[in-house]
Amino acid sequence: MIRTFRQHSILPGFGLTMGFTVFYLSLIVLIPLSAVFLKTFTMGWGQFWETVTGARALASYRLSIGASLIAAGINSVLGLLAAWVLVCYEFPGKRIVDALVDLPFALPTAVAGITLTAMFAGNGWVGSWLEPLGIKVAFTWLGVVVALTFIGLPFVVRTVQPVLLELDPEIEEAAATLGASRWQSLRRVVFPELLPALLTGFSLAFARAVGEYGSVIFISGNMPMKTEITPLLIVTKLANYDYAGATALAVAMLGMSFVLLLFINMLQWWSRTRYA
Amino acid sequence: MLMAMIAANNGNSRNGTGGLAEPPWLRLVLISSTLLFLGLFLVLPLIVVFTEAFKKGVEVYIESVREPDAAAAIRLTLTAAAIAVPLNLIFGVAAAWAIAKFQFPGKSFLVTLIDLPFSVSPVISGLIFVLLFGLQGWLGPWLSDHDIKIIFAVPGIVLATIFVTFPFVARELIPLMQSQGSDEEEAARTLGAGGWQTLWRVTLPNVKWGLLYGVILCNARAMGEFGAVSVVSGHIRGYTNTIPLHAEILYNEYNSTAAFAMASLLTILTLVTIALKAFIDRKSRSEVRAVSKRMLTEG
Repeated sequence: MIRTFRQHSILPGFGLTMGFTVFYLSLIVLIPLSAVFLKTFTMGWGQFWETVTGARALASYRLSIGASLIAAGINSVLGLLAAWVLVCYEFPGKRIVDALVDLPFALPTAVAGITLTAMFAGNGWVGSWLEPLGIKVAFTWLGVVVALTFIGLPFVVRTVQPVLLELDPEIEEAAATLGASRWQSLRRVVFPELLPALLTGFSLAFARAVGEYGSVIFISGNMPMKTEITPLLIVTKLANYDYAGATALAVAMLGMSFVLLLFINMLQWWSRTRYA
Repeated sequence: MLMAMIAANNGNSRNGTGGLAEPPWLRLVLISSTLLFLGLFLVLPLIVVFTEAFKKGVEVYIESVREPDAAAAIRLTLTAAAIAVPLNLIFGVAAAWAIAKFQFPGKSFLVTLIDLPFSVSPVISGLIFVLLFGLQGWLGPWLSDHDIKIIFAVPGIVLATIFVTFPFVARELIPLMQSQGSDEEEAARTLGAGGWQTLWRVTLPNVKWGLLYGVILCNARAMGEFGAVSVVSGHIRGYTNTIPLHAEILYNEYNSTAAFAMASLLTILTLVTIALKAFIDRKSRSEVRAVSKRMLTEG
């Protein structure tokens, strides 16, 4: 049966490796994940709807999605700038800076959480500068944006960087020869090439931010209706043994990020066909 | 001096040719605003972790790391990583072999499924195991009848760790092995090598840097995971606290120095991880190059 399922190859081990892959994937990922959906089916539709549209839940979506969009937006602008500077210019310490961009990928989220809180609290290194200006970051929604910007930082840089490196300088030279100003050639020639990668980076940063928990809960202050993100609300429900409520929110969150990512994928597809 | 260094564009950079480059002042502005942003978000946090950890001196630091609950947290973190990383390594090699060396329908769907744990919120990753094994979960009654504890115990922590680090090795190896093709393996087979021999002598040496890359990222995440582990742990001091969870408890008890001492351990791990990653980045680029060069010259 396997013979007909796959094309013939002289290499051995297809049955073994494929069997193990499917077995382990099902055991660790697929069966546990399907538990979430099975659990929601045990709730009535009315109960589900009531949970996911409760006032506290709605406020948490607004914060989670809003702050994630802002953070991914900040990362798109500053990440594009950082990628540009790291690829196109030379400056002392560039290799260290380049390696450090991966820090938010590798730094445990709880460490990021307590550290950013210490930095941005009223008596912190940065907070003590901002507080006199009337800007409170820690324990407000701004703190959530700061944490989500931190954890999403590498995505745009790392998706745009390779495209920028691959970009043929001759295209820009051609544009310059044809009389385009530097700005024109950037806007009309370079930017369209980067746009799909930029959108990919944006959506990765956004998707990561929506589900983020560890780095946010320390800096946000966790006030219900004000600075409570959806993942925290799920944890709160779980701590009260409200499994059904927690699961309903989880499904709502998965559904919303799925729809948003679908939208961004369509946008990406559009930008590819338009500029390709 | 700085201007001169910035202006001296060497061959490595893309916009070397005179007419296309931005004026030096603009470069300086762009570079310094990037460095300001990255300095604020990447360098300052590192400084803060270590200053806070050593605020009360080296002795207090050593004391907070050696205290029994902290030591238990370190042991649990090492245990969870020691189980999760090898399992996901074996899975990664098996999955990459099946996917990269054979053609079969539904391949890209399988790759998407393998990536699933990356797109799930850490909190949901913990939640799924509570739904399965928790007291009110599907298997909860059966487990409590047989006196097996998974949630709020070590097995739950290990399971959640395996789940969140599941794709790391596989997603490094699959594209690498796909790009290398299977010509060398087929040659080895034709020359009479067995399957395992081919794997050990041909495939693994060809992908060793990619493999190592996947393993160190997998390990970093396994030791640092917070959300998923927090949901299944129950935060029992000295028993189900990993290093990040112990840091959280200490922080919430306003014992900031001890919390940052715990955090500093993870930060050292992170710094080692990204240094290794940068090193392997260079090595693996030569790995891909070496293979494609070999194929060019031999093919």
